[in-house]
Amino acid sequence: MSPLARRRLGKVLLNAAGVAVFLFAIFPVYWMVATAFKANDQIFTTSFIPFPTHFTFEHVDRVLSEGVAGHSIWLYLRNSAVVALGTVLVGAVFSLLAATAVARFRFKGRTGFLIVLLIAQMIPSEALLIPLFLSVKRLGLYDQLLGLIVVNVGLTLPFGIWMLRTFVAAVPRSLEEAAWIDGAGRFTTFWRVLFPLVAPGLVATSIFSFITAWNELIFALVLMNDSGGYTMPVALQYFFGQRGTDWGAIMASSTMMTIPVVVFFLLVQRRMVSGLVAGAVKG
Amino acid sequence: MTNTSTLARDGGRRASAPGRRRADRPVRRTRLPVWSIPYILLIPGLVVIGALLLYPMVQVGIMAFQKVGLVQISGKKPATWVGTENFEKIFDNEIFWSALRNTVVFAVIAVSLTLIVGTAVGVLLNKLGRKMSTFVVVGIMFAWAVPPVAQGIIWRWLFDAEAGVINWALNLLPDWLSSALFGRATWTDEPWLNDAWSIYMVLIITVVWASFPFIAVSVLAGLRGIPAELYEAAKVDGSSAWRTFWKITFPLLKPVFAVLTVLSIIWDFKVFSQLYVLMGGPANREAFNLSIFSYAEAFRSPPKMGSGAAIAVVLTVILLVVTAVYVRQLVKQEEM
Repeated sequence: MSPLARRRLGKVLLNAAGVAVFLFAIFPVYWMVATAFKANDQIFTTSFIPFPTHFTFEHVDRVLSEGVAGHSIWLYLRNSAVVALGTVLVGAVFSLLAATAVARFRFKGRTGFLIVLLIAQMIPSEALLIPLFLSVKRLGLYDQLLGLIVVNVGLTLPFGIWMLRTFVAAVPRSLEEAAWIDGAGRFTTFWRVLFPLVAPGLVATSIFSFITAWNELIFALVLMNDSGGYTMPVALQYFFGQRGTDWGAIMASSTMMTIPVVVFFLLVQRRMVSGLVAGAVKG
Repeated sequence: MTNTSTLARDGGRRASAPGRRRADRPVRRTRLPVWSIPYILLIPGLVVIGALLLYPMVQVGIMAFQKVGLVQISGKKPATWVGTENFEKIFDNEIFWSALRNTVVFAVIAVSLTLIVGTAVGVLLNKLGRKMSTFVVVGIMFAWAVPPVAQGIIWRWLFDAEAGVINWALNLLPDWLSSALFGRATWTDEPWLNDAWSIYMVLIITVVWASFPFIAVSVLAGLRGIPAELYEAAKVDGSSAWRTFWKITFPLLKPVFAVLTVLSIIWDFKVFSQLYVLMGGPANREAFNLSIFSYAEAFRSPPKMGSGAAIAVVLTVILLVVTAVYVRQLVKQEEM
């Protein structure tokens, strides 16, 4: 084979491998969406039906009207949104303050705090489940979305601070110093100079916390007894408890749960990588 | 980095040019001392981390040595100390040992496979053209974005006994090949999610599918940061692709791999949602891992929170020991 032909073949093989990876990644997601829009006779079949030829909204309609566990999927989507947004709002303020402290100040105990952050990220949330369950119960937050928000703030904060501090550190100090020279106060400098520059990082961090809270199953399972307070993950696993698994309804619901996360992911993909492996990747 | 903060520096500046400032704006009343500012900024974060992470961690350690059943949960009786009884009981329990084995074996296989597949895809992405690589990155992003519960649901459906695509695809294999490989020709009604070993096989596929994109994208980001001259030099010297990878790419990306390995270990050691969905709740005791075992002990009636806590402590200790090595490396290399 001539070198040119060999290079061309190599290129074809590489692209073929790329397509194979693409298909492996996307097929299961596609299959979820396709099943959500197939009529039941096309779902429960041993043959392979690649596209929903009888495209139907019946499953979507059913989960929105009848729903599961006595409530429409809307309610669970709303609960999940309340929990995730509550977590993000509180988490954003707290992590911005702490990230500013560690990225802009040198103080006694700073390294200690960073190590605590690292250790806090290592603690498996499963280990916190039992004591937090008892505390939430004692505080009267059992069966309340507020209880879930509080727990999720705790679970997402260490990582939020860790990620945000790199964004704060990336803002050149000279900008703040310029504001100081012009006589801006401490708060003005923070609000008018640092905050706008850190805002994109704050958005990325917030989206990460949103996704974590949105996906969280184990605490929602334990802290919510009344089905009116279920979040999406709990509602989804509830489907399997019912007799005869209604795959159309399950796939319609899980598609609805997945869409917001996919949108967010496509928005902040690059930042998430830089945040997760911050310091290790140069690029 | 300098040793003085912006704000501290300003303190000095103000002293040197007081006249100008006074002319600009009225003098502020009571100012916080500069040294206290970082501590004040840290208060909310510290309170949250202390109350929701560190304090419960201590509590779970204490509860592991207590009996906490229904009476104690309702607060009618205080928790009683039982010494190491919880630990003795779980160490005598077969389920604990199978859960420990499941946890460790699963983590080892899933972490290695994820890293291998992810690195391979990352290297591939780096070789592809710009358009093709963007196309593949967007595709793998979808797998990465799927929530863990939905991951479990999707793969449970793909491996469904009657209408699953996997059984359909296995039926496509020519009968002789299928018989030679697996000793059977028909796969319809093959129940993948009944036995512990096949549940874990599906779980491994699920977890690798969902987590390789993160590794791939991180490796790609690392690769793009390696200067092209190094590869040109290797090429001039006639180095093989394999050798180039181990002599240039791998050593330069070692810090990236260290972080990726820790993160993968942390994620895979305590996998819960996907397994919970694939098993259909904590029903199949042989397929428990430590997370689910702890959950089942503590929250299924009769609740045994003490022994649930003991299992959680074992899980945490293993995780901390495994990751401590890597954390040290992270702390060392990172200029905190």
